[in-house]
Amino acid sequence: MSGHSTYKPTTGLGKFMDERLPIVRLVHDSFVSFPVPRNLNNWYTFGGILMIMLVSQIITGIVIAMHYTPEATMAFDSVHLLRRDVSYGNTLQVWHAVGASMFFVAVYIHIFRGLYYGSYKAPREVLWILGVVIYLLMMATAFMGYVLPWGQMSYWGAQVITSFFSAIPLVGETVREYLLGGYAVGNATLNRFFSLHYLLPFMIAGIVILHVWTLHVTGQTNPTGVEVKSKQDVIPFTPYATVKDAFAMVVFMIIMCYFVFYMPDYLGHADNYIKADPLTTPAHIVPEWYFLPFYAVLRAVDFNIGIPFTDIVLIDSKLGGVLAMFGAIAVLFFVPWLDTSDVKSANYRPTYKIFFWIFAINAVFLGYLGSRPAEGIWIPLMKASTFWYFLHFIVIMPLLGWFEKPLPRPASITDAVLSKASSGGASQIDGAAAEPQSKG
Amino acid sequence: MSEAHASDVTRRDFLYIATGAAGAVAVGGIVWPLVSQMGPNEREKAAGAPVEIDISAVEPGMLITVIWRGKPYFVRHLTDEEVASATDAPEADFRDYASADSRISAAEGADPKWAIVGANCTHLGCVPTKIDTGLEGWICPCHGSKFDVTGRVMKGPAPTNLPLPPYSFASEEKLVIGLDKAGA
Repeated sequence: MSGHSTYKPTTGLGKFMDERLPIVRLVHDSFVSFPVPRNLNNWYTFGGILMIMLVSQIITGIVIAMHYTPEATMAFDSVHLLRRDVSYGNTLQVWHAVGASMFFVAVYIHIFRGLYYGSYKAPREVLWILGVVIYLLMMATAFMGYVLPWGQMSYWGAQVITSFFSAIPLVGETVREYLLGGYAVGNATLNRFFSLHYLLPFMIAGIVILHVWTLHVTGQTNPTGVEVKSKQDVIPFTPYATVKDAFAMVVFMIIMCYFVFYMPDYLGHADNYIKADPLTTPAHIVPEWYFLPFYAVLRAVDFNIGIPFTDIVLIDSKLGGVLAMFGAIAVLFFVPWLDTSDVKSANYRPTYKIFFWIFAINAVFLGYLGSRPAEGIWIPLMKASTFWYFLHFIVIMPLLGWFEKPLPRPASITDAVLSKASSGGASQIDGAAAEPQSKG
Repeated sequence: MSEAHASDVTRRDFLYIATGAAGAVAVGGIVWPLVSQMGPNEREKAAGAPVEIDISAVEPGMLITVIWRGKPYFVRHLTDEEVASATDAPEADFRDYASADSRISAAEGADPKWAIVGANCTHLGCVPTKIDTGLEGWICPCHGSKFDVTGRVMKGPAPTNLPLPPYSFASEEKLVIGLDKAGA
């Protein structure tokens, strides 16, 4: 896809630079003349939205860091001073906090779009893996950012998440002390989290460059899953994709603005308006919504795993829960090889399509379970839902490749587009695209 | 041939290995302080000195939470019924059984009625909440672990009992956390 460059410098300065640092050529080839499949639907606009969200988080973050005091006795007050007394401080702080949530909304849609259209399949394995790395970095960044306001949820979230590392056999407690910089979450912890929270977004930006680079080597997938075969299959990025992405960004920003200006605290927790107190854990501690599915997986393992009929414990419940939770993320790295089907798009995989939606519903349900207390009926449900999560990746995905009979695929993107147009759009070619943006 | 070969390798290979070894030492020397600075600092370590707590006002049935080394500890004065229920509880109720005697103590000569245990759940470190009904002990609000009145774990995911800090009773009214009877 990275065909030869069509850039022609016209001005004197353009020619001068092009022979020395061809940066304009790079931008032209990447974002102007770059060919994209002509049939990309709205689900393909979330990559651009994510770029905007990253930039928005970095800009607002740099600005609010100017008003923040990373010190355990002052951090909480400094955030509230920012919200109450700094000009536009409230908007900027809320924009950053809501922005984190919206960032995850976009990344989850982006990931599910990839799972639906098989965007992880050859030759895009590295593209997918880099995406999972970005997702991991986002989670680390969001977690550390949530600790900074030093409210009750900040403090106890840090307590719980750093305790994951104490589950490591033998060296766990020492590892945790080195993460915290003390025997308990405290000022040292807050300081290093602030430092890393400032660093990680720039690392994300670095990986994003690699992510886009691989994308521009392999080219984009498209809703048919058939690779680009001729010039007829593609259109130039500018103006087509640019305008489509820009429109999607505007719609997304409108939704974000609704949260920022009308319900700024809806996505947060009331407990985080109470200053951190090491003596009292809030009655009902839950992470931010975007971690809830993994939180449910963590809590689903409340049993020791040992050799049956003996008392020998191989993995205790604590380590088991932590392994399951990290496993739930780690399994994503292996998706390119767990899916054994050659057919990319779920539109031509009738069985996978059903399981995809079951998986999606189950993932949302896991998130709901993560918000419930660990008692009563919720515990067996968490176990069942967690079981299905892993079953989908480890058993269903590999088996479907063997047993599923895919539908006939179009000969080319252009064929698919033209046949869709001639049948008046009646062919149910894309259930996912039928209601674009409804979840954005 | 072997002589020629040997003279071929000795000097240059020695230099390669020596350079590699020196490089590894240099990298280690750079990484060591970068990792070491992450740990608890000297002031943090010094804050591990024992703390004295006046327990004269803690009536049976009451619970206070104290801080030692930046971590909270429960000091619970058990009632007679609580002591009896902890002593009588069958071993099968516990995931990490320890006798009730080993977890209850008092100053010399007094009835052992004090449970002094770490207040961070052994699962992921939340502070469990005291259950005020019946003879149960604590439940962790984070992940639902249950502990009896002496901090023994009855229900997961917590794998082990609430830890016992080193402590001793200086008198019937004074508890020292951070220093056990042997003075360690």
